[in-house]
Amino acid sequence: MRRSEVSDRFDGIGASGGIAIGPAVVYRPDVPEVRVREVADPAAEAARLERAVASVLERLGRLEALASGEAGAEVAEIFEAHRMFLDDPSFSGDALEMVRSEAICAEAAVDRVTDRLATEFEEIGDEYFAARAADVRDIGTQLVRELLGLGQLGFGHLTRPSVIAARDLTPSETMTIPPGMALAFVTEVGSPTSHTAILARSLGIPAVVGVGGAEFTDGVVLAVDGDSGSVWVEPDAQTVTALTRRKADLDALADEAQAHAGEPAVTRDGRLIEVVANIGSPADASRADRAGAEGVGLFRTEFLFIDRGAPPSEEEQYRAYREVFETFGTRPVVVRTLDVGGDKEVPGIDQGQELNPFLGVRGIRLTLAESDLFRTQLRALLRAAVGANLKLMFPMVATLEEIDRAREAVDAAAASLDAEGAERADDFEIGIMIEVPSAAVTADLLAPHVDFFSIGTNDLTQYTLAVDRTNPAVAPMADALHPAVLRLIGSVIDAAHAAGKWVGLCGELAGDPLAAPVLLGLGLDEWSMNPPSIGMVKARVRTLSGDECRSVAARCLGATSARQVREILEGL
Amino acid sequence: MQEATIVVTHEVGLHARPAATFVKTAKGFDSAIVVTNLTRGSTPADAKSLVQIFKAAVGKDHEIKITADGSDESEALAALVGLIESNFGE
Repeated sequence: MRRSEVSDRFDGIGASGGIAIGPAVVYRPDVPEVRVREVADPAAEAARLERAVASVLERLGRLEALASGEAGAEVAEIFEAHRMFLDDPSFSGDALEMVRSEAICAEAAVDRVTDRLATEFEEIGDEYFAARAADVRDIGTQLVRELLGLGQLGFGHLTRPSVIAARDLTPSETMTIPPGMALAFVTEVGSPTSHTAILARSLGIPAVVGVGGAEFTDGVVLAVDGDSGSVWVEPDAQTVTALTRRKADLDALADEAQAHAGEPAVTRDGRLIEVVANIGSPADASRADRAGAEGVGLFRTEFLFIDRGAPPSEEEQYRAYREVFETFGTRPVVVRTLDVGGDKEVPGIDQGQELNPFLGVRGIRLTLAESDLFRTQLRALLRAAVGANLKLMFPMVATLEEIDRAREAVDAAAASLDAEGAERADDFEIGIMIEVPSAAVTADLLAPHVDFFSIGTNDLTQYTLAVDRTNPAVAPMADALHPAVLRLIGSVIDAAHAAGKWVGLCGELAGDPLAAPVLLGLGLDEWSMNPPSIGMVKARVRTLSGDECRSVAARCLGATSARQVREILEGL
Repeated sequence: MQEATIVVTHEVGLHARPAATFVKTAKGFDSAIVVTNLTRGSTPADAKSLVQIFKAAVGKDHEIKITADGSDESEALAALVGLIESNFGE
């Protein structure tokens, strides 16, 4: 190792932010040698292969469950795709066929099928298929190791926190790293969209990918800057000092926020702000709880309905809702009834094509039209919420008539449970999302008919500014800080407070620390955001004073553009 | 046997999550289901095989033919076509 005044630096792509300095562990997976062996009893050999496939499938299932708890849905999906590959007629199916027809040993058949398939993907010659080839080789290696009784590759042996350097890392290898042992990842290949990058971001570990040409040795000190994409080998004192100082600043901010994430957010002048989480599944619920959420401000129930052949039964829904209510005990859980339609399909329901799905049969319109679907969900929710703090919320409400009809559906679901003698929640609040301008403008007329409002700023912004966020030509206009949206938010809060009702906000705006002063100044009661934002937003709220923010809000409402609002907020 | 022809408008075509969703949905039916990429002129792919669906290389705006044969062929076709029309629920 060359040591000089200026340390060796390699530049790759920063794929997951943060700074780490520590000893390198260079990962060089040994490739098991596979010899072609003829077998006397191909049927028995095929059975051996089937057992190995079942065993690897089970292991991947465990990793998927682990990932969905620790790393999130995006990582869990990778393992799901691996299981689908493994179980595929063109993968294990072809290997079984080869064992039977050629009477060769299972590991040789797997090796050949893996190589053939991976080569086919590689020859297509784009980044996406190269990644799928890597997936196929990963699964093939796992299957061969299983057949040879070699044990699976990974980092189970790691005992000191290290910077992990590798040509590339597979998700199954990465998930074997004991908690706290990976300081950073450095890979020779890979892109910001590769599995390594996704995993690193999900786990909050710095990563630099695409560091071609670097040769690292076990034990050398590596300094990794996941923001700039630089890796230093045996960094000199000056580099270490600079990086350490920056890391300390970043850590202090994040630690400070995280350390107090579980504590209430009280403004300097003593106003208590309720900070709650947006969740989309029971697994998210425990993550939100750990992140310091005081409850749930938006439980999206769509996860139960999409990607499947038929709508979920009442029992299946009951179990999923129950899990979330149990996580939060007596803390509030705002459950949004099914919000699909238009651009999002529900299994078993033919909606026909709509010319303009955003203005079509969505949200409450769909559930009111599909009374059986609605009734099943409401029954499951009322049963699951026994002993819980349920706040039932309807999406996409535009008119008072919809509130009346939705309430009738709730009453009917409750009556049907009572007639059966079923146990159900009887003390719960009913509220609506405010995301349609008509509801925002008539909030004073709607407020007496509900217990609360929750403002969905993503859709409210789209509808107010007539901007489709998915259309790149106009998407930059979709800024929730536009004075038009802020004025609606302000008048909704005033109308609700005049009627003695509380108001939440569950759009992305709630999780943006920049927006905190204006939301506080407008009088927002409940702030609902993705769990990772909770610590930072609470930290920001604690630096603010409600009184001072009222004048900030007034200035923002008088601005003429979203840019002006941002200038006001950035200048504070 | 029933068939349908449809254009895949999803940004990534029949890859990544849309492909997985498509194959999972197909596996829910007993009928034999095959997909042909008419735009690229691929050989028929088994709709229950993620590998074969990938290899059919269905990109954005490619036209495909879905053929279902079996006891639940019309339901299978309706579900798969619905999935594509709904842009995979996204």
